Amino acid sequence: MKTIVVVGNGMVGYKFCEKFVAQATKEDYQLVVFGEEPRVAYDRVHLSEFFEDGDAERLALAPKTWYEEHGIHLHINEQVTEINRKDKTLGTSKGDRYSYDTLVMATGSVPFVPPIRGVEKKGVFVYRTIEDLEETLAYAETVKGGKAAILGGGLLGLEAAKAVMDMGLEPHVVEFAPKLMPRQLDTRSSKVLQVKLESMGIHVHLSKATNQILGNGSITGMEFGEDDVLDVDMLVVSAGIRPRDELGKNAGLDMGTRGGIVVNDRMQTSDPDILAIGEVALYNQMIYGLVAPGYEMAQVAVDQILGRSEARMAAEIDMSTKLKLIGVDVASFGIPFMPADKGHSIIFENKTESLYKRINVTHDGKKLLGGILVGDAADYNMLLQLYQNEMALPENPEDLILGSRGGGPSAFGSAMDLPDTAVVCSCEAVTKGAICCSVLDDGNESVKAVAKATKATTGCGGCKPMVVDLVTESLKSLGKTVKVQLCEHFEYSRQELFDIVKLKNIQDYDTLLDLVGKGHGCEVCKPAVAAIFASIYNETANVQPAIQDTNDRFLANIQRNGTYSVVPRVAGGEITPKQLMTLGRIAQKFDLYTKITGGQRIDMFGAQLHELPLIWEELIAEGFETGQAYGKSLRTVKSCVGSTWCRYGMDESVSFAVEIEHRYKGIRSPHKFKGGVSGCIRECAEARCKDFGFIAVEGGWNVYVAGNGGANPKHAELLAEKVDKETAIRYVDRFIMYYIKTAQPLTRTAAWLEKLEGGITYLQNVVINDSLGIAADLDAEMQALVDSYKCEWKEAVENPEIRARYTHFVNSDATDDSIEFVSLREQKMPKEWA
Amino acid sequence: MNTQESIADTAVKTWFKAAPIEKFPKNAGACIKYKDQQIAVFNFTRENKWYACQNLCPHKMEMVLSRGMIGEENGIPKVACPLHKNTFSLETGESITGACDAITTFPVKIADGYVWVGFSD
Repeated sequence: MKTIVVVGNGMVGYKFCEKFVAQATKEDYQLVVFGEEPRVAYDRVHLSEFFEDGDAERLALAPKTWYEEHGIHLHINEQVTEINRKDKTLGTSKGDRYSYDTLVMATGSVPFVPPIRGVEKKGVFVYRTIEDLEETLAYAETVKGGKAAILGGGLLGLEAAKAVMDMGLEPHVVEFAPKLMPRQLDTRSSKVLQVKLESMGIHVHLSKATNQILGNGSITGMEFGEDDVLDVDMLVVSAGIRPRDELGKNAGLDMGTRGGIVVNDRMQTSDPDILAIGEVALYNQMIYGLVAPGYEMAQVAVDQILGRSEARMAAEIDMSTKLKLIGVDVASFGIPFMPADKGHSIIFENKTESLYKRINVTHDGKKLLGGILVGDAADYNMLLQLYQNEMALPENPEDLILGSRGGGPSAFGSAMDLPDTAVVCSCEAVTKGAICCSVLDDGNESVKAVAKATKATTGCGGCKPMVVDLVTESLKSLGKTVKVQLCEHFEYSRQELFDIVKLKNIQDYDTLLDLVGKGHGCEVCKPAVAAIFASIYNETANVQPAIQDTNDRFLANIQRNGTYSVVPRVAGGEITPKQLMTLGRIAQKFDLYTKITGGQRIDMFGAQLHELPLIWEELIAEGFETGQAYGKSLRTVKSCVGSTWCRYGMDESVSFAVEIEHRYKGIRSPHKFKGGVSGCIRECAEARCKDFGFIAVEGGWNVYVAGNGGANPKHAELLAEKVDKETAIRYVDRFIMYYIKTAQPLTRTAAWLEKLEGGITYLQNVVINDSLGIAADLDAEMQALVDSYKCEWKEAVENPEIRARYTHFVNSDATDDSIEFVSLREQKMPKEWA
Repeated sequence: MNTQESIADTAVKTWFKAAPIEKFPKNAGACIKYKDQQIAVFNFTRENKWYACQNLCPHKMEMVLSRGMIGEENGIPKVACPLHKNTFSLETGESITGACDAITTFPVKIADGYVWVGFSD
């Protein structure tokens, strides 16, 4: 039996263990692991997530029991202090000695702290381990609200900037180079990123060489040059890494001139019984500070020990990276900056949207050499594949970053076009072939099962969309349809259920469940089916309250402390002074917190359940009606003031918005939907961020559909140009009705259109050219919904049975005394969570 | 209250006469007051069963569970908190979605047209 000792229990050290136990015969080897940190290997890449819940366990790559289960002797909190190569033994900080047959050095790196005067002062930290983070966090508490500098504008530095911002400090990134992320980005993309970060409150200082750290004992500032001082209360140093190589150095192994243990392409050091992997290893004169090459090295080391000596590290290491920095996508791959003699670059830059895309292609335009993406890296996976597999580019390579214009198919084709050898998941080195085989040969029929079997998507997760496509396509090739089913109670998609309800004229949830479902339902299928009944029969949420989400059941938006908010409809955002005073009076009477919403209306917060009918009774008496802010239904139609007042206005946007909001009010749909009407192309109503939007132009209205703000902002697409108002309404009628009938639950129009085969061109054919022959039906169905509108709050207030639902206790008139408010800027707010 | 053990039928010392059956919505929940406690009572009309649990959601400590949607997962009756859709078994009180403490459940019986909830005090 041979003893393999791994020095270092970081990400790469752990990966070595994982691969080794999976590939070696257990009886032949004993694996011994030393880690100097007090805990088992954890995911350093996602260190900033430690803030979210402070749960270090969650970051662990595997629990302690995993090591036990695999017979690994794990020594944490024990540092290897010395290696004796002659008798193949090592000594540890606990004074024990161990012998080895093969030693694997995975000691990683330490943050590089430049020798600046004053760097030892209190309040100066590095950003590497959970302990670093805990110390930083504790100090940050003492200077909360102050400023913190981050020395270094690279990848880690920007991550640290976010961490510092989350600690409640104002972050200032200080970089020596004239640009951010100097290794990955060119000057222009760096500028785009900088502007974006600054808009988020991160200050950036470039071309700054720090002379000294100021302060008496604790840091108070940084001095860059004469009269150039930045006052800060804390400093996080993130100026690169240095390999932890002193152990190898002391053992007499060959070292690089600037550090690092020299290894060959079999990961062997100058002593063939000692291997080195990860950030301590100097390969090709380089230290690779990325996880993916570290994992590859781990595999090569496993191969060597198991006698597969033909396995070699690739001569060229791919440094492609994609990450989400503080919510901004940043990616670079291949050769990001390129000398002009090798090829030419195609660059797209949109400063207003903080977008930058650059691809470098060969002179003949046939091959991709590299590129940079900032702001939107959705196409990174496909671009990386095109580059790595030297695949032929489309005729107009610019389509790769601009999207194909003219409604043709996507410039990328499908993930199935990739060669089998294409590495799809680079963290775990899983190829397209392996993923498809996992489905076709091993019978894994879901992304979850494939992920479990191949480990694809389990690293950074960036390849997930591509893996989903591959699994879906492979299943299709087996003749298996990928069934989209609502939940365990209905083996149907929403569209199928919609048709069933309609054709069989089903009137209530229980009947539907008995007829085509099983079990007793859940919180997923109930509201989805409720929305179907609403769309077909236009019944209000009062009819079947038990299958409505809480908000619909009580016709109000539940808020943090279990109280509700009240939003009356203010169509188009147009409101009279008298109505404003009425809202003010009622809000004051019931002591409600008031705020103007993003949709140009007034939200009143803090109403208790039993107060809702009382508030609405007064609102209705004053002529208001429900705004359905609680429903998956039309919210608002936002408008600019339009030609009635605005000197630029081309048409009456307010009149149109009021008309269209009253047209669609009360209509329930798979998700909420919003509209906008702008009186000219200055677009003050932001109609292109809405599910439908009209913009007045010379000679009519432009009609846009399927945009949204929210988590995944998307601009609406142009459905029709320069049409008159009646035509514009007709097209949007059909668009909404078609969406209501075919979308999955909780899918906004933008996500729905993205999945619609043929996209906007197909939609234009359906609603404008009536390619499916259903336009007349859609028109009639929409008109029926419009004609049957009623205010559900009026219904609730006037009907004693519905009104009786609004009590906190069914056996007492007492109110909920657990609700507490505190004051905030002369209004009230819920008391903080305990 | 959330640290209290769920009450087994056998441990009941007091059967509290809460309210007439028709006060409770079908296939949904309502809240009752017992001394200083708020108890959520659920009427599973489809299965002809009743359940009760604490009204407090242990996730964010708000008195809201009675307003959650009820349902069933693999045969286990559950309630989904209306605030963040954390679900809890109404049989054992365990968190089904995970990451939450268990809730206290109470036995329910129907007699004389009334809903009765069992307490151990």
